[in-house]
Formats: sequence, C-alpha cells, structure tokens
Amino acid sequence: MQSWIDSLIAAGDFGKNPPRDLVYALFIFGLSAVVFLGVAFPFAGIVSWVERRVWARIQSRVGPNRVGPNGSLQWLADGLKHVFKEDIIPDEADARLFKLAPYVVVLGFVLPWAVMPFSSALILADLNVGILYFTAITALTVVGVLMAGWASDNKWSLIGGIRSAAQIVSYEIPAGMSIFPVVLITGTLSMQGIIRAQAWEPYHWFLFSNPFCFVAAIVLYMSALAEGNRTPFDLPEAESELVAGFATEYSGMRYLLFFFAEWGNMFIAGALITTLYLGGWQAPRLSSSPVVMNVLELLSFNVKVLFLVFTSMWVRATLPRVRIDQMMSLCWKFFVPVAFINLIGTALWVAIWPGGNPVAGYVMFALGLAIAVLFIRRVMYYLKRSRMEMYLHPTI
Amino acid sequence: MEPLQIYERLKERFGERVLETVEKKPDPFAVVDPGALVEICRYLCDGPELAMDCLSNETGVDYKDHIEVVYHLFSYRHRHGAVLKVKLPRENPQVATVEGVWKSANWMEREIFDLVGVNFEGHSDLRRILMPEDWPGHPLRKDFVEPQEYHGIATVRESPIVRLDRQKKK
Amino acid sequence: MSGTAEQTLRAEEMTLNMGPQHPSTHGVLRFVIRADGEVLREAVPDVGYLHRSIEKIAEKVGYHGFMPYTDRVDYVCAMFTNQGWGMACEKLAGIEVPRRGEYCRVIAAEFNRIASHLLTVGVLGMDIGAMTPFLHALREREMINDLIEELCGARLTFNYMRIGGVAWDLPPGWREKALAYLEHLDPILDEYNALISYNKICIQRLANVAPISREDAINYNLAGPNLRACGVKWDVRKDLPYSVYPDFEFDVPIGHGQWGTLGDSMDRYMMRIYEMKESAKILRQALTRMPDGPVLAKVVRNFRPLAGECQVRVESARGDQGWYVVSDGSGYPWRVHVRTGSFAAMGIIQKLSRGLMIADLVVLIASLDVIAPEIDR
Repeated sequence: MQSWIDSLIAAGDFGKNPPRDLVYALFIFGLSAVVFLGVAFPFAGIVSWVERRVWARIQSRVGPNRVGPNGSLQWLADGLKHVFKEDIIPDEADARLFKLAPYVVVLGFVLPWAVMPFSSALILADLNVGILYFTAITALTVVGVLMAGWASDNKWSLIGGIRSAAQIVSYEIPAGMSIFPVVLITGTLSMQGIIRAQAWEPYHWFLFSNPFCFVAAIVLYMSALAEGNRTPFDLPEAESELVAGFATEYSGMRYLLFFFAEWGNMFIAGALITTLYLGGWQAPRLSSSPVVMNVLELLSFNVKVLFLVFTSMWVRATLPRVRIDQMMSLCWKFFVPVAFINLIGTALWVAIWPGGNPVAGYVMFALGLAIAVLFIRRVMYYLKRSRMEMYLHPTI
Repeated sequence: MEPLQIYERLKERFGERVLETVEKKPDPFAVVDPGALVEICRYLCDGPELAMDCLSNETGVDYKDHIEVVYHLFSYRHRHGAVLKVKLPRENPQVATVEGVWKSANWMEREIFDLVGVNFEGHSDLRRILMPEDWPGHPLRKDFVEPQEYHGIATVRESPIVRLDRQKKK
Repeated sequence: MSGTAEQTLRAEEMTLNMGPQHPSTHGVLRFVIRADGEVLREAVPDVGYLHRSIEKIAEKVGYHGFMPYTDRVDYVCAMFTNQGWGMACEKLAGIEVPRRGEYCRVIAAEFNRIASHLLTVGVLGMDIGAMTPFLHALREREMINDLIEELCGARLTFNYMRIGGVAWDLPPGWREKALAYLEHLDPILDEYNALISYNKICIQRLANVAPISREDAINYNLAGPNLRACGVKWDVRKDLPYSVYPDFEFDVPIGHGQWGTLGDSMDRYMMRIYEMKESAKILRQALTRMPDGPVLAKVVRNFRPLAGECQVRVESARGDQGWYVVSDGSGYPWRVHVRTGSFAAMGIIQKLSRGLMIADLVVLIASLDVIAPEIDR
C-alpha cells in the first residue's frame, strides 16, 4: 500500500514535492471513510433488517417488507429518517457529554474493523497484538454508554448506564479468560496467526481441540451476548423496566448511532468467536488462484459469523430477560470460575500434548455433532406438534 | 348463616346500638350506630362463628337528606355475607375508619372521601384518590355541580351539532 | 473507620417517577418510587388518570343506556361488566333470563376470559423481556376477537348483553367455528408453556417474587386469580353460582407454590394458564348443550325497577366483580358502584413493593393483572 502511494507521488499525481505525511493522511482518512461507510454501516444496517425479519418469522408476523425487495432496504430508509429528525438535547442535560457519547460508542464499534480478518489477504492491519487490541477497543462502548446515562440527566438513563457499566465490566473477565486458552495453544495474539493455526475441517477448529476450549467457546459466546446488551442480558435498555435505559433521552441521529453500534457489535462478537474457535476464514483449497481462494475465505468467514449473529437473534426472540442480581451472580459465581478452570485445564492440556491431540478433535467433533442432532430433533418435534394449518388459515 | 340470622345475633350482642334491620328484598341490611361501628366490625371479623374476614365492598351513597356508608362483608370460611350501613348527617359526615379491621378499607375509604366526601377518623392516608388533589367538591354528591373549567381547561364542550347549526346560521 | 466510610460513601435514596407514560404500567398508572439503587424502599401508587366517573354517568343515562358504558369499566374483558350490570338490574326487577340467553352469556363471557388471560400472560412475558410470547398470545387473542366480532359486531367494547338476556343469538355456523377454535387452543397452550412458562429464566424471574399470604390476600380483598393463587379455593362461579354455571363441570385451580413460595408471582401467572383450560372446558360443554329458545326476555323499554338495592357478584377475569345498585323506583339508578379486582390489587402493591427490585415491581404489576380503567372507572 505504502509503496503504491509512493509510486503515485513519484509519478507527480499530487503535484511537485507534496508533503508526504499529508498524502498518507489523506489516504488513511479516505480508506477509513470507505471502511466506515462502505462496510461497517451497511453491515450493521443489514443486520438490523435481518434481525427484524427473523424476529417477525419467529413471532408469526411479516416484518418490514415494503422498501426494496423483501424490505431489504428498510435499514436505509430508517437510517435516512433518523438523520433528518430533530436532534433534541434536554435543557438540563450536560450537552457536551450528551453529544459526545454516541460517538464514543460508535468508536468502540468501528475500530475493531481494522483487525477484522475477512480472509487471508483482506485485513487492514494484522497487528501482532490483534486480539488484545480487539478486546480493549470493544470495551470503549461502556464509556460511551455510561456517559450517555449520566449526561441525559434522567434517572432511568442513569440506572441504565450504571447497569451497563456493571454488566460490561463484569463480563469482560469471563470473556477475556475465554480468549486465553486459544492464545495458550497458538502462542500468538495475532488474528491471522490464530486462524492459520486452525484448518477448514471442523475437527481442526479450536472449538473441538479439547473439552476446555469447547466450554470456553460457550462462555465466550454468552459473555459476548452480555457485553453487546443482547437479551437475555439487555438490562441497560430494558424497555419494560427502564423505558429505554441509557438511550431514553436520545433522538434522531444520535439514537441511531447507539443502535447501529448494537447491531454492529453482534457482527463483531460473532467475528471474534469465529476467529478464535470456528476456524476463521479457513476454507478448503479448491483453487490455486488467490482471488478465488480469497472469495471463498470471505464466504467461509461471513457464513460462520452470520450464523452466530442469527443464533443471537434467535436467542433474543426466545428468552426473557434476567434480573440484575441474577445476571451478576451468573457471571461471578459461574462464568468466572468456569473460565478459570478452562484456562488451567487448557494449560495442562498444552503441557501434556504440546502439539495438540488430534484424536480429541475427532471425539469432540463427534460429540458436538451429536448435540446438534439432538437439538435439531427437538426443534423438529415442536414444529410438528404445533399445527401449521391454524396459522395459515386463522379463521379456520 | 343467612344475613338475617347474623343481624339477629348482632342485636343480641349490641342491643340498641344496632339501630334497625331491614328485610327488604333483594338484599337485607342492618343499620348500626356510627359510634359503635368499629366495635361491631371487630366482633364480626374476629368471632369464630361469624368470621367475616373480608370487607368485599365499601361505598357511600348520598340520599339528599343524609349520607350512608355501606359495608359489604363476607366470610371466606363460612361463605356467608352481610350488609352494614351507617347513616351520617349530610353536613360534615364523619365516621371512624375500619382500616384497622380490614386493610382493604384503606383505598375504598379514600375513594368514598374523594367522591362522596365522608371523613374517616383515624384513617392513615386520607387523600383524594381518583380526582385531582385540588378538585372542588365531591362528584357523587347529588348537589354537585361540575365546574365549567379546571385550571383553564374547559370541562364541557359544545355539542358538535349545535356548533354546526350556529355556523350555518352565520 | 466505619464512620468515615459511611461519610464518604453516602448513599442517597432516589425518588423515581414511574409512569404515567412508562411502558410497563398497564394503561396509565403512576408509581412514586423511593429506591436505593435497584432496590425499592417503597412504591406508592397514584391512580386516577383514567377516571371518567362512570358511576356518575350511570345516574344520568338510565338502566338500558348504561350498558355501553359498562364496556369501558374494563375494556379488556367487557363481557363481564356487561353481565354484571345486566344481572344487577335483573335482580332488582326480578327478571328471569331465558336459558338460551344465559348460555349465550356464558359462552361470550368465557371466550372473553380466555382472551383477557391471553393478554395478561402475554404482557407479563413482555414485561420480563420476552417479546415472542406476547405476539403469540395476541395472535390467539385475535382469533377470539374475530369470533366475538361475528357474535356482536365489536372487538373490544362489546355491548353484547342486554337487561334480560343478550342482544343477538349466535350467528349460523358460529358454534362449529368456536368448537374448532377450542380444539386449537389446547395444543397452543402447551406450546405456550413450553415457550415461556417452563422456561428457566421465566421461573427464576417470577418464583418467590412478592408472595402474598392467604391472610393478607383476604384482608386486602384480593379477588379472582390473584386470590386463588394464594391458596384460597374461591370462585364465584362455583361458590355463589349464578347464571347457568351449576350446569357445567369444571375445576377451580388454586396455587400450590410448587415453583417457590405460595402466592408468588409464578403462582399468579400459572393461575391464568390453568383458568384458560378450565374456560375451554366450560365452553365445550356449553356449546354442545345449548338449548333452543329465545335469548332475550321481554323487558319494557321504560325500565323502572322497584325501590331497593342489591349487590351481585360476577367472576370476571380480574376477579370477583361486585355491582352495587341502589334504585329509587325511577328510570334512573340512584347510585351504582362497582367493586373491581384491580382496585383491590392496586391497594396491596404499596405493601408488597418494599424490598423488591425495580424489575420485580414490573413483574408484580403484571402478575396482579391490574388495568387502569378498572381501577379508576
């Protein structure tokens, strides 16, 4: 990239002897604008549309289906609507913090895209501390939410903000602890390094590499739900208790930014779990062309991530919300000890089999498959028992 | 036990202080002395044979010459009910609260205070409940006249038909 | 050191205003909450936002004319208020309702009970954060609304009953549709239970929350499902039988506290689920055994009952509804008072709220099934 810009400068595209730093900065800003507007926001928007459609199907409704084919441009219409709405700032609010808060939240949602490993080549910056950067940056959200809750000068918002702070800070611990097993196995913090240590076959994923990792992946998934304020842990914005939690006083564009961040965070959490445990972008080598391979890898990555996003929508549509004390005790009395056991267990595992144990991979994979089959059978049972014709002809 | 039997028993126990029992259909009732109300209620509630453990309804009625407070009692143990009444003067009606006997009286007495204007002595929290705090008068009194406006908000509006007629004439 | 710690960590009580526009105060209720963080010191209910003086209106519109207004006393299950008013007038004037009329009343009322309970359990689901059960429940309720619409032309404020019977007989083919719907309801309830009632989080949220003892329930005059959840086997339909309820076999479910404490929110919630099944039982019997004949007794238009007073009690979806009517022999009632389940339930909230969490208060309101129009009337 740098050499390409250098060659452009040398060719005189920016005039004679342009200030080099300025040109670099121009490219960096341009690139981030493209990523921001072209990738992150559409992703969040499309996730919001998908969520509404999935919810609608689960709740036997139709969902948004007017704007664009099957309503697929609904997110664009909603986004535009919010942008044009009046931006109301309460008189008593701390206006500066109030205005700043959504951007901090959005920052926590946009920055992780820098290390998002879409494929073996499609990554903006393969930092050698990628995973650390990832967890550090996503925690920015809590600052924004707390700021929003405080600055709104609304007690419901404040409770929402405090709840959010308590929740995210608590769940950072099991989430962080569930990342370490993989780091122990691979010995690297780089996103690409972790993915390269796995292979496209499911039994080579870290999810199945040993029993501890399997549990750690589940703990990580649930902690990610909690950190993303998703049901059953959506207490900061529990609409039946706190009106809209920290976002009560927000309107228009700023309100939209909060929810873009929420939907985007679903994708980010999914990407984290995919990278760590589900083999990332690894795809079977069907072609020797790097372009084709990259497209395959991109597909593989996105399918896994979107599956996780779908699961979280499914969970959200099914489960009620837990109470704050139950959520805290779940974290501190259950997830944290389990996460520590996972860490120690994996450490022992690595000490015994430094190169990994392939047999364990097959066994764990078979186990996972069995669980999945049992689950699907259960779902099918309920589908058969509920009588479809009644839904199709409601008047009988 | 039938209501009339209960009233007989009350007469035996309290004599003169049960002013009259009325056998009128469909619901017979007993009128008691307001001064003895709490005592009678406690007897009805605590006695094992009557055990009227529930005050199922309490309400006030304005009869133009006096005001009555009506108590519908019920016993979940014996499955029988009774109706007590106290007659109060229309000017400054006052009666002792039965909140100490049945907790449910709290809200119902607040409602009577609000709508009929009976003062309950000894009530723990006698505030208006349904109407605004500064509402003039008690709406369920027969001589209540609705104010034309409340804090500048009109309480009545012209019938749309009348307004249309007027507009046509213009 | 403890002294200084207290000084530096001084925690203030927070006064919160919940409602009247809060999403989970059903209708327009308001609570003034004193809270220590998430834990409530006390929640003081403030009602009256929906007061329309329906009792005063009754004194001005006459006996027949008041029937549509009774719909507004409790718009979620208006059949019962219709029935209560009708029964009170009939008792005053000594009118006998034709048997088919009584059957029509029971059928309409029991369908309305199922609809009302579906709304209650659905809203409770939504209050604990589960959106899907709410929409599933509303979907089922919608089908009942369709049935009732065919019956009386309205979906919410029915005005179906008249003094002396009901306005219209069942439309042709309605009976078969109703029976088919009942066939459909039982598996749906099982599905609903599997979806939310027996969900671990749901049980955790509801069980042991705000239990009411048997004595308190009676002393505070709770009624209907709320009372039965506390273990009092009392149902007006069974114990002070009215209409044609003695003809039918049905059980009166009571709470046993198998999820936590006796009389907790889970018991109150499950009571609604059980009662829907019992209502379906009654409906099946009523629909198959319907006698022929007229549905409306002959009642003069200028209805003037003799002077006197009476109270009738109807088992509404929100409990024992008592209609107290005083007649002075004229064409207008002298005084009407309706005692409702929600009013009583609202009175106990202040006592129960102490020590609950904010999220529990929402559950408590929903599980007591209070709706604002019935409190304020």
